[in-house]
Amino acid sequence: MASRMLHTVNKSPFERNSLNSCLRLARKGSAVLLIEDGVYAAVAGTSVAERVSERMAELSFYVLGPDVAARGLGGAPLIEGFRVVDYDGFVDLVAEHDATQAWL
Amino acid sequence: MPDENEFEGEYQGGTVKRFLYVNRRAPHGTIYPHETLEMVLIAAAFDQDVTVVFLDDGVYQIKKDQDTKGIGIKNFTPAFRALDDYDVEKLYVEKESLEARGLTAEDLLVPVEVVSTEELREIMAEQDVVLGG
Repeated sequence: MASRMLHTVNKSPFERNSLNSCLRLARKGSAVLLIEDGVYAAVAGTSVAERVSERMAELSFYVLGPDVAARGLGGAPLIEGFRVVDYDGFVDLVAEHDATQAWL
Repeated sequence: MPDENEFEGEYQGGTVKRFLYVNRRAPHGTIYPHETLEMVLIAAAFDQDVTVVFLDDGVYQIKKDQDTKGIGIKNFTPAFRALDDYDVEKLYVEKESLEARGLTAEDLLVPVEVVSTEELREIMAEQDVVLGG
């Protein structure tokens, strides 16, 4: 049983509902890692920020730093509670969890 | 059938048409934004009347400070600065798209005109050819 799940989201929250579905279905105690175009959801002050913040107390949120920098958001304030990881951190998250669920 | 206006306008080789390129996608997740920029530069090289708009996630294409070294792909976005050299000066960004993403015109790497949805609707209606990306 995959009681500790890592969720990854790689689509923009403005274009797809992948993040919405992830936020709706991720169980308390799970981790959510935003990668590729998914990182746009980590930025503070957007129209999706509140939806993410609502689950901040129950889920651990991570964002992949190189994808943030690639999109020109390295200097942008992120939603409070996000932790930035590099590729090694991505591998660690996968290893630390029982299973990974990719919201494509 | 060529119409009677075909030989009017600047380009001696034929009709100058109004081309609109609509950018709606984030820069690095798909190949469309890069390919659309290529199309814009080609149209401009043929002295067509080119307008480029950025809306929805397309506004992210011209976000300043993009640094793709960490993801191992070429950053094509500085090429947007070359549009001015090709006399592509009509760049529009939808205000509502910027606001939804917490961005302002100061966050963008090229000078643009920020327009409302209503204004954009009229700009779109003025075109001969509209190409999405």
